[in-house]
Amino acid sequence: MAKNLARYTRRRRKNWIILGLSLCATGIGLFFLGAILFALLTEGLAAIRPSLFTEMTPAPGSDGGLLNAIYGSAVMTLVGTVVGTPIGILVGTYVAEYSRGNKLGQSIQFINDVLLSAPSIIVGLFVYQLLVVPMGHFSGWAGSTTLAILVIPVVTRTTIDMLILVPNALREAAAALGTPKWKITVSVCYRAARQGMLTGIMLAVARISGETAPLLFTVLSNQFWSTDMNRPIANLPVVISNFALSPYPDWQRLAWGGALLITLTILTLNIAARTLASFGSAKQ
Amino acid sequence: MVDIPSSDSSSRLRGPQHLFDGLFRGATLFFGLFILLILGGVAVSLVVGSAEAFKTFGPSFLVTDTWNPATDKFGALVPIYGTLMTSLIAMVVGIPLSFGVAVFITELCPPLLKRPLSIAIELLAGIPSIIYGIWGLFVFAPFLQEHVQPFLIHTIGQVPVVGALFAGPPFGIGILTAGLILAIMVLPFISSIMRDVFETVPPMLRESAYGLGCTTWEVVWRVVLPYTKVGVVGGIMLGLGRAMGETMAVTFVIGNAHRITTSLMAPGTTISSALANEFTEASGETYQSSLIALGLILFVITFIVLAAAKYMLIRMQRQAGS
Repeated sequence: MAKNLARYTRRRRKNWIILGLSLCATGIGLFFLGAILFALLTEGLAAIRPSLFTEMTPAPGSDGGLLNAIYGSAVMTLVGTVVGTPIGILVGTYVAEYSRGNKLGQSIQFINDVLLSAPSIIVGLFVYQLLVVPMGHFSGWAGSTTLAILVIPVVTRTTIDMLILVPNALREAAAALGTPKWKITVSVCYRAARQGMLTGIMLAVARISGETAPLLFTVLSNQFWSTDMNRPIANLPVVISNFALSPYPDWQRLAWGGALLITLTILTLNIAARTLASFGSAKQ
Repeated sequence: MVDIPSSDSSSRLRGPQHLFDGLFRGATLFFGLFILLILGGVAVSLVVGSAEAFKTFGPSFLVTDTWNPATDKFGALVPIYGTLMTSLIAMVVGIPLSFGVAVFITELCPPLLKRPLSIAIELLAGIPSIIYGIWGLFVFAPFLQEHVQPFLIHTIGQVPVVGALFAGPPFGIGILTAGLILAIMVLPFISSIMRDVFETVPPMLRESAYGLGCTTWEVVWRVVLPYTKVGVVGGIMLGLGRAMGETMAVTFVIGNAHRITTSLMAPGTTISSALANEFTEASGETYQSSLIALGLILFVITFIVLAAAKYMLIRMQRQAGS
């Protein structure tokens, strides 16, 4: 009896120790989130001044802001999203509506999922060879193309997930009214899945707005104000990267400011997307 | 499910609707194939771009450790070693952490905290690579250099054999730092998949085990984990694929030195950081082609890992569905 009790105590102790460790693991995860945000706020807030949004990237030693980089990033993200989103939605529609269960649809979904986690730097290399080499120079268009390619798998994935959740009775009801299939998809299925698809688009925007590596080979960057998408154009991630690695304190401060700006944008998008998603699921 | 046919198969509809239906279906099919084309295009462009390097150096490119732009002699061994080593550290540190987080969220967490906690951990995944990079360079690496690495050198560094891994001066930046940052970066990916697959375990199984008097840990280790092992391994491999391709965070903290040292604290390089650092400055066809060859190697490795991960997760889904 005593032996059994001792064994029971030992099992319980082991249980508590391991569960304690799992609590620690969660604590470590949250600690790093906190540590990164804390560093961004303490270092970045010093750089957030009106001039950050009104002046161009400076030469070392002089004052300046990030206006040209903010503009370049915004334009490329916008173009990337506008081009990538419809493609992603159509691919998702094909997989979810036209090819459920068949081989082609399954392979498209499989490849899409691989692309979703594939290293973005490889996409950069691809676009470099596809556009930069033939054109002979880096350009904003090449950067936007890269971003569009990165948007597609995210949007496709959420579109598939959301369209599969649309109850089939809705489709059948619409078909019984004599609605053609394309109209069922657009006016019934898309409408029912709208919230989820919007979430996917927001997550895609969040993903590409911080993407740096592929832009190094496709847009490079630009020290000056430029709106010519056919030329290298300044963009936040690459400017942050260059400035952070530079030895000049004022450049490093601007890099922290830019980093804070990007992170806040992305975290806001992420939280908004998740709130929207949970709002949608609560309603159903 | 009932499949509603397109009008081209029922052919009852006439006029513009018939046309729209065909067009819409055609467009979705076209872009579906476009996805396959992108992947194919990536593979072809990398093979074409790296042809020059493989022609010059042959298969020994993979096992040569020289990287010398001055004499145009290149080999991929050092970056491959760096990629594998940093990913290994990321996995050794990241898997137990992710497992702990997943267990905490599924088994221990009060229901009220579950969602906020999951979101907080997933926000770690939203933070872009470059932010981890500058944080690693300015905050994490100096911290390791001052507080952690001297301690490691004076304790584990003195042990024979294993000590060689932790020998040498504390640089702050290096393979160990890169691996640790990668561990933090893959944590949200692995733990969210583990959490999802843990939740597919039928309540009946859990309840039966608890009914027999199992402790929470015994339920997790003997019931939940065996039931979900395919999914768990899939999640880990997905994290591994991410870790190997991660670029900016690694580039900032690895030190970019083309050599293999036994010490984990020494600077090194990975495939992705070599590409990010050198590609735009690479002059000469052989140099650039060698870098693209590195990209091809990375593409092949991550493709295999990610495809295997996906395959396992699909199996897990079927199991949960049936």
